[in-house]
Amino acid sequence: MTLEGIVETVAGDLYVRALKLLPPDVKDALVSAHAAENGELARQTLGTILRNLEVAEQTDNIICQDTGTPCYFLEVGGDFPLDGAALVAAIRAGCERATLEHDLRPNIVDPIRRVNTGTNVGWRVPVIHFEFIPDDDSLRILIVPKGSGSENQSFLRMLVPAEGLAGVRGFVLESVVAAGANPCPPTVVGVGLGGTFDLCARLAKEAIARPLGSRNPDPELAALEAELLADLNRLGIGPMGLGGDTTSLAVHIETADTHISQLPVAVNIQCWCARRAAAQISGNGEVELSELRHRTDGTRRTNGRGR
Amino acid sequence: MTKARELNTPLSEPTVRDLRVGDVICLTGRIFGIRDATQRRIFDEGVSPPVALASYPCLHTAPNARKVGDRWEKICIGTTTSTRMETYSPPLIRDHGVPAIIGKGGLLESSLEAMGECGAVYLAIVGGAAALQTTQIEEIEAVYWEDLFPECLWQFRVRELGPLIVAMDSHGGSLYEQVRHHARRTLTELTAEPR
Repeated sequence: MTLEGIVETVAGDLYVRALKLLPPDVKDALVSAHAAENGELARQTLGTILRNLEVAEQTDNIICQDTGTPCYFLEVGGDFPLDGAALVAAIRAGCERATLEHDLRPNIVDPIRRVNTGTNVGWRVPVIHFEFIPDDDSLRILIVPKGSGSENQSFLRMLVPAEGLAGVRGFVLESVVAAGANPCPPTVVGVGLGGTFDLCARLAKEAIARPLGSRNPDPELAALEAELLADLNRLGIGPMGLGGDTTSLAVHIETADTHISQLPVAVNIQCWCARRAAAQISGNGEVELSELRHRTDGTRRTNGRGR
Repeated sequence: MTKARELNTPLSEPTVRDLRVGDVICLTGRIFGIRDATQRRIFDEGVSPPVALASYPCLHTAPNARKVGDRWEKICIGTTTSTRMETYSPPLIRDHGVPAIIGKGGLLESSLEAMGECGAVYLAIVGGAAALQTTQIEEIEAVYWEDLFPECLWQFRVRELGPLIVAMDSHGGSLYEQVRHHARRTLTELTAEPR
């Protein structure tokens, strides 16, 4: 098989894998939440969520009916022997093939005419984000099939620097209260901080795609992640918004430097069904399951001028 | 765990009036599946549904399903966010006699009013638990408006669909309103705390 064919196959397989199997870190977080929850209805709801994961495995079915908007995050090694145009074509082809071969629900429509493409591939969809990694001959692909119940609960505000950390905290809490029951709590709350309007939104999406249990490598931001999570779990929104102790499983913050006069903050929410799947393809075509690298090891923090 | 009380469809008004916020039930019998596009056709385009919905619960859904010959086979059927469809829910209850809306995320004040007037409830299903709910759907009995796929008007036969939590009742009760009230009050406290 050509390298292009391998990328296509992996892009499609990962989509289906993500829909059928929750990553172990997400499953563990749900099990822990169930054990710690004090509300009776909330415990029952978390119990149903865990039962559903068992049934999905037993029946080889997808976990949630919303096959989502396919969002791919690519880490492309500078020496990976396939050009960007071929990569995009292969991802699109894999996504379309998986949709048709597995009868995945087609979700992607023209925004005004609402005509469904039938393939989960459309104009500028799947969403594909790139990072380029020097001195590396491999490609890592992460897919997040993003469910719409949670994606519809996305918020962005261009704060001014005077609003500072208190403004950021307030905006995150307000956003989760506004989202309420809609995003299928308990949620993973992704926060983008800094950059520009567009970059900030992308950072929030990257944040929800991080494994649970990972912390921002900057200790100050890691502390803010923990503090916000504790605050969110005092709101009492609970599983499916019916009340309870477990409103969120994690808060992840991703940052970029920003303009002297700006403090953009974005909140992207992920449902309890925090699906993702990732693999690495080496330059010679070998494939193995893998996480993305930069999201947990903090190498980006040492890029540029350092901190 | 609260034991789910089993109810059979069609649902009568006294049965529905008897339900209170916090009750846990499951449903057996016929239900319908509807979504945004289905209701745009009914209410925005003024097209009457080709089948009477009265006395049958409506599930907010767009299934994964495949058509084999004349029959539709289920693949994965779950629930979508109801709040988006708030605008259509009062007329669904008042004009079409729908006694129960099953979904996740809840509905708002105007739906709660219609529920009180007509004797209807909102049943919260666990969002995302579609693999489980698919096993509770025995059959896709009929599909109307196939051109809207996956947002057709679906007719299902279900067995013990649930657990379903009565989250809005016909007596003005709403779990969502209670939770929202508590969350807003806590938000005010949290943002006032010095750090």
